Amino acid sequence: MNAIIESRNLKLWYGDHQVLKSISMEIPEHEITALIGPSGCGKSTFLKTLNRMNDLVGNVRITGEVNYNGKNIYSPEVDVTKLRREIGMVFQKPNPFPMSIYENVAYGPKTHGIRSKTELDGIVEESLKASALWEEVKDRLKTSALGLSGGQQQRLCIARAISVHPSVILMDESTASLDPVSTGKIEDLLMELKSQYTVIMVTHNMQQAVRISDRCAFFLMGELVESGSTEQLFAKPQDKRTEAYITGRFG
Amino acid sequence: MGRRTKIENTVSLLKEKIMQAVFFIAACTSILAVALICIFLFANGIPAMVKIGLPEFLTGQIWKPGNNIYGILPMILGSICVTAGAAVIGVPIGILTAVFMAEYCPKQIYKPLKMATELLAGIPSIVYGFFGLVVLVPVIRAIFPMETDGMNILTAAILLGMMILPTIIGVSEAALRAVPRSYYEGALALGATKERSIFSVMLPAAKSGVIAAVVLGIGRAVGETMAVMMIAGNQPRMPKGILQGVRTLTTNIVLEMGYATDLHREALIATAVVLFVFILIINFAVAFLNRKAAD
Amino acid sequence: MKSKIQKFFVMLSAGITFAALLFLIAYILIKGIPNLKLSLFTWKYTSENVSMLPAIINTIYMTVLVLVIAVPLGIFSAIFMVEYAKKRNPLINVIRLTTETLSGIPSIVYGLFGMLFFVTALKWGLSLLAGAFTLSIMVLPSIMRTTEEALKAVPDSYREASFGLGAGKLRTVFCIVLPAAVPGILSGIILAIGRIVGETAALVYTAGTVAETADSIFDSGRTLAVHMYNLSSEGLHVNESYATAVVLLVLVAAINMLSGFVARCLDGGTK
Repeated sequence: MNAIIESRNLKLWYGDHQVLKSISMEIPEHEITALIGPSGCGKSTFLKTLNRMNDLVGNVRITGEVNYNGKNIYSPEVDVTKLRREIGMVFQKPNPFPMSIYENVAYGPKTHGIRSKTELDGIVEESLKASALWEEVKDRLKTSALGLSGGQQQRLCIARAISVHPSVILMDESTASLDPVSTGKIEDLLMELKSQYTVIMVTHNMQQAVRISDRCAFFLMGELVESGSTEQLFAKPQDKRTEAYITGRFG
Repeated sequence: MGRRTKIENTVSLLKEKIMQAVFFIAACTSILAVALICIFLFANGIPAMVKIGLPEFLTGQIWKPGNNIYGILPMILGSICVTAGAAVIGVPIGILTAVFMAEYCPKQIYKPLKMATELLAGIPSIVYGFFGLVVLVPVIRAIFPMETDGMNILTAAILLGMMILPTIIGVSEAALRAVPRSYYEGALALGATKERSIFSVMLPAAKSGVIAAVVLGIGRAVGETMAVMMIAGNQPRMPKGILQGVRTLTTNIVLEMGYATDLHREALIATAVVLFVFILIINFAVAFLNRKAAD
Repeated sequence: MKSKIQKFFVMLSAGITFAALLFLIAYILIKGIPNLKLSLFTWKYTSENVSMLPAIINTIYMTVLVLVIAVPLGIFSAIFMVEYAKKRNPLINVIRLTTETLSGIPSIVYGLFGMLFFVTALKWGLSLLAGAFTLSIMVLPSIMRTTEEALKAVPDSYREASFGLGAGKLRTVFCIVLPAAVPGILSGIILAIGRIVGETAALVYTAGTVAETADSIFDSGRTLAVHMYNLSSEGLHVNESYATAVVLLVLVAAINMLSGFVARCLDGGTK
């Protein structure tokens, strides 16, 4: 197993409140890893430590390491903008910018210095095709992204995330606010994307974790209780608490 | 994608730093402005207070620049009388109008009425002053033909009362709307009438906001210059009745600054210092009340 | 019974408020519109024909100047307060206190300060420039406050998305946050224009009362409100005062409505 991201003894506090208690886990390349657990268990917080989005929140203290391709992303010489380009993120609620569909996708590449119109056109088309949105929007690229449906908006956000060619995509309950049809489309999309990208997703939906993830990690009260292949974790959980959760006894 | 060179990265980092400094400096202009205002007013006004003598300046009842007599008590009292009069007229009407806006106003006419109160706030003081001059002054003169020529404390108080309405309405309405709806419903559920719920539950709950509105309105009245100047008569003498002409601190400055020199000029700046201190006290009161309302 | 009385007073007060406003507007319009003669809009001001066109042009100059100074300052300050400053930075409280102080200072005190500082100490003389700087300080707090509110209203998800793509703070602020906040900022700026147009006391001793069009920003020139003050205090031109009042009133009403209209675009625009 080739781990692209690895966390070691990762601890995180908001003020005095410890949210993550020494998380150590490895995330393999080109697979879908699902983080599951009840609300407030720390899975979303953990996800956000992986591209340092927690830096944006004040009053956070982090110890331990997160290694991306063998290098600690919390070491001082790391360029956070470069890191976030390589580890992209799709959020819980679709959050397209209030601009045109085209501009939404082109924003990332422009941020990283691409100015040529033809090149941008290429990236936009390629990203929208990769997120299976191209056919639906190719005739109205210049219209506002806010006019799209929720599911389309979320696929646009995925297109936006892959427009900068990341190697990892973090998804924070990215289908939670969508209807089943849109959710299905995005799940299909993720299955296709995993050949090129490593996907780490937080989900509340255990069926979803079973359907599409290769590996699964169960969080409870800031602890990583158990992680392993999805099949194994759901068939033969090692820990009582995992069993209790996946059989629906709490959560 | 790795198109950005090291140099470009450094440049963009530098840009971030420079702009951050620019934002910071911009944010500090307000501090600089307040500091400059204090320095220039005090440096130019305090020497005059010393020369005249602070007690003589503040409690002197005679203002005769021609004879080098500078007592601003008439103007201090003038400001207080006019402001108090404006409060007596503007505060109840303002608060009750706020109650109307927050609780009684039918939805269809709310928007135009809201815009009307905003317009009331936007009308220039000079237009108010002119309106007072051509409408209020003749009316007051007609009512009291023996006692006054129409330019007096009463006229000024009525006009100022009208001018502070939008401030009081706006802030009180916001305070009323900030009271949780459940209070109102709770009172109604106990069988109270709508009026009783509003006057015994909503208004008391919005108290600090409403008081802040009143103090803010008073601040506006104390600081108003042009409108008062056109209708208050401007005689620098001790006010003895509401039908007497009066001069306020603000109008004293505008009236004489144009031709004043030497000590006279400095005495006018000292007048501004006194006004400024008044306003600072009012400001701090508002800030204090707002903090209290926020808790 | 008590309830009825209370309700009566509420209705009465609202009635007085709106009747007073309506009366003021109607009175000025009815008395003023017949006096709006074409001759009041000729290029030259003379003592026989007190044309208000030069004052209108000066008002436009003044407004542009003030906006050039105050808008960047106000927006940048607001960006610092909302996007950059740490929540517990003590400087924030100092800045907040000073802007609150500034917004309470009466315009005559601004006028006096402008006279002492810009006109005398900096030796700019009575000039549009001195007036514009004075007014800039005066409108700065309101531009700052409206911009701050507009920035705060921009959902954090936009910022997150931009940072998530690896954009820096500056790019996020200028390309994502500011454009989304434009309607709110604009409505604040328009309200500031209303104040500039209506201001008198702060200008009499800074920009002066010369009735002709200013040749440069170092020239003295009266704005429309100052023009009206001069006309009505001289007492010789009551009809022209009415006409000027109409123009001022219509301008201010238009500015107010425009501001409200732009602010409402905010709700339609982002959601």
